[in-house]
Amino acid sequence: MAEASQIPMPVPAPRLNRMLDAVVARGPALAAVAGLLLLWQGVVWFFEVPEYMAPSPVAVLGAFQENAGTLWLNFWPTFFEAALGFVAGNLVAILLAVWFVHNSTAERAFFPIAVFINTIPIIALAPVLVLIFGNGFAPKIIIAGLICFFPTLVNMVRGLKAVPPATLDLMRVLSASNWEIFWKVRLQSSLPFLFAALKIASTTCVIGAIVAEWIGSNFGLGALIIEATFNFRSPLLYATVFTAALLAVVMFALVSFAEAKLIRWKTSDVH
Amino acid sequence: MAAAELHTAAGNPAATPAANPAAGAIRVENVDVTFSEGTVVALKDVSVEIPQGAFVTILGPSGCGKSTLMRAIADLVPAARGVVDVQGQSPRDARRDRNFSYVFQDATLLPWRTALENVQLPLEVGGGGDAHADPRDLLELVGLKGRENALPSELSGGMRQRVAIARALVTKPKILLMDEPFGALDEITRDKLNEEVLRIWRETGTTILFVTHSIPEAAFLGEYVLMLAAHPGRVKEFMKVELPPERRLADRDTLEFVQITAHLRKLLEEC
Repeated sequence: MAEASQIPMPVPAPRLNRMLDAVVARGPALAAVAGLLLLWQGVVWFFEVPEYMAPSPVAVLGAFQENAGTLWLNFWPTFFEAALGFVAGNLVAILLAVWFVHNSTAERAFFPIAVFINTIPIIALAPVLVLIFGNGFAPKIIIAGLICFFPTLVNMVRGLKAVPPATLDLMRVLSASNWEIFWKVRLQSSLPFLFAALKIASTTCVIGAIVAEWIGSNFGLGALIIEATFNFRSPLLYATVFTAALLAVVMFALVSFAEAKLIRWKTSDVH
Repeated sequence: MAAAELHTAAGNPAATPAANPAAGAIRVENVDVTFSEGTVVALKDVSVEIPQGAFVTILGPSGCGKSTLMRAIADLVPAARGVVDVQGQSPRDARRDRNFSYVFQDATLLPWRTALENVQLPLEVGGGGDAHADPRDLLELVGLKGRENALPSELSGGMRQRVAIARALVTKPKILLMDEPFGALDEITRDKLNEEVLRIWRETGTTILFVTHSIPEAAFLGEYVLMLAAHPGRVKEFMKVELPPERRLADRDTLEFVQITAHLRKLLEEC
C-alpha cells in the first residue's frame, strides 16, 4: 500500500516547476499591472467618471466580450497591411543598402532622397496617398512600408560596412571575390544591425497601418478607433487600442523569435 | 637564370618558370613602399632573401615597417619600386595559387562560425585552392581537439589564435606569414604558443615569417632575425641565431640565449 504513493505523478514535476519559476520571475511585473488596473478601476469608481470619458477596466473587458467578432474582423486587415508593409518596406531598404555599399555613387545620389522621404511626416503623407490610391489596401501598405524603410536602410548600411578591416584583409589574402565577401562576411555581420532595425519596424508598421486607416478607410483597427471615438463608445475604443497593441507585440515577438533563431553568436569581444 | 625569374612590382605577365629549389622562398629587392601618394615612405630600399623552409623573425621599433613588409609580400600593399618574389612568383600570383597564408594580430575569426567552420573558410572562397589538409586534423595539431563546434565567443584569446593558425595551414601553404600573432596574448599563453609554432614548423617544413616586437620571442623562434630600422623603414641586419634548432622554453635561461638577446637589444637601440 505504501508503495502506491511512490508511483510518479502523470504531470512531470520539472516542467511544472519551470512554469512556476517563470511566474515567480515575472511576479513584480504582473503585480504592477494588476495594481495599476485596480487603481484605474478604483479611480473610475471613486470619482464616478462617466463611461464615455474613461471606461473602467471591467467595462473594457465587457467591450472585448461584446465586440469580439467586430474586433477580430478588423484585426485581420490591419495585420495584413502592417505585415505586408513591413516586408515590402524592409525588403526595399535592404536591397538599397546592398546597392549603396557596393556603389558609393548610388549612395551619394539616393541617400539624401531617402533622408528627405524620412523627414516628411507620415500623417501628412497619408491623405496624399489616399487621394492617389483610393480607400483600399494599397495606401495603408505603402505607409506601413515607408515608416519601416528608413531605420532599416540606415542600420543595414552600417551593418554591411561593420566588417573589421583585418577580416577584409583576410578575405583578400584568400583571393575571395566581392560576391564571396558579401555572402560569407558582410551579410552575416549585418544581421545584428538589421534585427535592431526590424524590431523597431515591427511595431512602427502597425502604427503606420492604423494612421493610414484613420485618413480613409471603413475597415481595420484604425477605422474602428475613429468610429468608436465619434460614437462615444469608449469601452470599444479602449478594447481596440489594446488589440492594436497586442498586434504590435505579436509582430515584435515574431521578429525576436527569428532573431534568436538566426543569430546564435555574440557580437562583442570577437574580431 | 635568376634574372629571368624576376618580377617587377607592376606584375610580370610572362609565364613563371618552376621555382629553383636553391633559390629563396621569398626574395625582396630594393623595395620601396610609400603611402599617401609617395609622401610617407614606409619602406626604403629593402632587400632580403628568405631561405626555403626558414623561420625568420622580423624585429624592429614601432614604425619600422615590419607589418608593411609582410603586407607587401602578401599582396596587401603594392611596392612602389623594386621586386618582390614569392616562390618564384609575383605576390599576386602567389596569393592566387595559395602559396602563402597570413595570420593577423587579431584572430579575425568569423564569430558566427564554429572553430571547424572557420578553419574550412579558405576552402570555400577564392576557388578553394588545390591541396588542402583535413581541418579536423589541423585543429588537433593546434591542440583544439574536442572544441570543433565551439563558437569563437566560447574560446579564449589563445584558443582563437590557435584556430587562426589552423585556418592558415589548411591550404598547405609553402609560406606562413605571421604578423604579431601573439601580441595581444598574456605571457604564459604566448610562451606555450611559441613552442607550438616551433613544433608546427618542424612538422610541416613551412617557411615562416614572424613579426614581433618582443626580443626574447624573436630570438627564441627565429632561425634568423631580420632587424628593421625606422624612419624610413630599412634593413638594419639579417642575422642567423646561433642556437640549436630544437629549442625549449628553458633554453631562454641559458647564457647563449641571453647573449643573443643582449646583442639584439643593443642593435635595436641603434635603430
